Amino acid sequence: MTTFRMNRRSVLAGAAATAFSARSMAQAQQPITIRIGVLNDRSGLYADLTGEGSAIAARMAAEDFGAAAKGLNVQIVSADHQNKPDVGANIARQWYDNDAVDVIADVPTSSVALAVNQITREKNKIFLNSGAATSDLTGSQCSPNTVHWTYDTYMLSQGTGGAMVKAGGDTWFFLTADYAFGHALERDTTAVVQRQGGRVLGAVRTPFPGTDFSSFLLQAQASRAKVIGLANAGGDTVNSIKQAAEFGITAGGQKLAGLLVFVNDVHALGLQTAQGLVLTETFYWDLNDSTRAWSRRFAPQRAGNMPSMVQAGVYGSVLHYLKAVAATRSKDAAQAMTWMKGNETDDPLFGKGTIRADGRKMHPAYLFEVKKPSESKGPWDYYKLLATLPAEEAFRPLSANACPLVRA
Amino acid sequence: MFELLGIPPQALFGQLLLGLINGSFYAILSLGLAVIFGLLNIINFTHGAQYMMGAFISWMLLNWLGIGYWPSLLLAPVVAGISGVIIERLFLQRLYHLDHLYGLLLTFGLALIIQGLFRNYFGSSGLPYQIPAELRGGQNLGFMFLPNYRAWVVVASLVVCLATWFVIEKTRLGAYLRAATENPTLTQAFGINVPLLITLTYGFGVGLAAFAGVLAAPIYSVNPNMGADLIIVVFAVVVIGGMGSILGAIVTGFGLGIIEGLTKVFYPEASATVIFIIMAIVLLVKPAGLFGRTA
Repeated sequence: MTTFRMNRRSVLAGAAATAFSARSMAQAQQPITIRIGVLNDRSGLYADLTGEGSAIAARMAAEDFGAAAKGLNVQIVSADHQNKPDVGANIARQWYDNDAVDVIADVPTSSVALAVNQITREKNKIFLNSGAATSDLTGSQCSPNTVHWTYDTYMLSQGTGGAMVKAGGDTWFFLTADYAFGHALERDTTAVVQRQGGRVLGAVRTPFPGTDFSSFLLQAQASRAKVIGLANAGGDTVNSIKQAAEFGITAGGQKLAGLLVFVNDVHALGLQTAQGLVLTETFYWDLNDSTRAWSRRFAPQRAGNMPSMVQAGVYGSVLHYLKAVAATRSKDAAQAMTWMKGNETDDPLFGKGTIRADGRKMHPAYLFEVKKPSESKGPWDYYKLLATLPAEEAFRPLSANACPLVRA
Repeated sequence: MFELLGIPPQALFGQLLLGLINGSFYAILSLGLAVIFGLLNIINFTHGAQYMMGAFISWMLLNWLGIGYWPSLLLAPVVAGISGVIIERLFLQRLYHLDHLYGLLLTFGLALIIQGLFRNYFGSSGLPYQIPAELRGGQNLGFMFLPNYRAWVVVASLVVCLATWFVIEKTRLGAYLRAATENPTLTQAFGINVPLLITLTYGFGVGLAAFAGVLAAPIYSVNPNMGADLIIVVFAVVVIGGMGSILGAIVTGFGLGIIEGLTKVFYPEASATVIFIIMAIVLLVKPAGLFGRTA
């Protein structure tokens, strides 16, 4: 095996003399088979914003890259982790040990993502996270084998949290989903609120996933906080927002901060209920010409549903990884990671960006407001752009990072 | 102002009321399960899926046919009930002479299939359904703001539960039902069409689940998993109340809703488990459930 790799490297080195011959040599080579495992929620509350849509995004990345023509044989497999860390960890081990999977992509649900993060590091493979939120993936739990692409709790708190405090919401009460993600989001948002001179009056930890939030909302109401921070996601957020409107909480002057709201959640709520919500995303299908063009190719494969930022992130991260393999002609995790961090990212969905030493993908974040029903031109026309946060403002600065990779 | 266990009384009343509202859903759902188990001896694991169907049927009626909330309160249970009758005629009737386990597995499988089909078609993030215009807004009770719709949920479920109890315990039809439960062969000998009675009972049980689904549509997210999340709790309610006991299902439904509501104040992290802790204790002390008869 080692000798083979040596041979191939020397062949490449020789071929690098002229670009033309390098390309023809690469094409003449044995194709490299890459197996990418898309691991996410395919049946539960996050299935619409991750699920099969993420597998489709990964496939589109392989097609758009022209992987086959570049001598890469890309296989996409997928599985359902049911939002359970034990299930996710088992699948990850099975994939790495027995099914020759090189890369695991997506993995929403922070508790599962942290487990897969650990296993990927042990097995020295690559983890392209798009779906999970916890900023610990590039903080205290950071790994040389992980890229955290789309968003994180720091960015969400910075975007939505910062905007709410600036608008006068200086007292907060949290409804927090009782697992890794909720805790991280509450922690990061609390930091933002306090840094800007606000106060956190209380928090309630809600069982995940939940259906009835009225009791928790009433506790939030009783706190008289100006802002009720929803440190939850998916169906939990949808139910909280629906019920907050029902119990007259928003009408009573308290504001809701949906700290993590996806475009699919707005679709589920309907504009009547969701209008006026302020939220932060790093991708919206109707952002510019190239996002629109890509999304119009994506939607027909998902029964007309527009892509979420998580699915867009799977596309972007897989595309960048394929570029790394095509360039290094190696599946070696360290080589691919070095290439990915050393070269600028460029895709139609997030534009140009970089990957930092801690694994954080840097790109701008967008502060959106949900349109009123009268402002919307039709299905999926939901957001208007309030502000663009440059990457350096949106994401945690390296200087404030607990990641051992950065300190070393 | 005095405080009770560190909580001001106003907040406590509010939480009690909310518990009662959630209890309404538990009561209707566990009532349907109890009726079905009582007569068919089937542990109906499809119940959660049928509750979900109720919500989806009302969404379809509104968005595809323009039929609003009030008619669908009647129509959705009827449509779901008919689907129940078909399931009973096609599958369940072949299982009555077998062990409980077969019915449980069959209905569980059907639930997975139904949920899978809805998920495949509608996705998992849910669909919007507005509260009917007549019931928007709410009353300020001093200690809390009670949305009109929630008040309606409590009233509707109480009426349905009591009516069901009345029909089964106090009418001639109910007497036939109870007789058929007690001794089907003898009842049939008196010229009563027991198989028809059984089919209709299953249809009625399913209708109850769908009714709860319609009630839930405007306040919970209408999504294919809405029943799966709830059904396990409802089964615990039925076990605590005593399998097959009508009154037990109603009383424990409301009671456990209140206990769960209080847990959400005192120790929110445990609110998803408290019902199961109670179930374990009840099973240890009174294995037939609070209202159950020991066979």
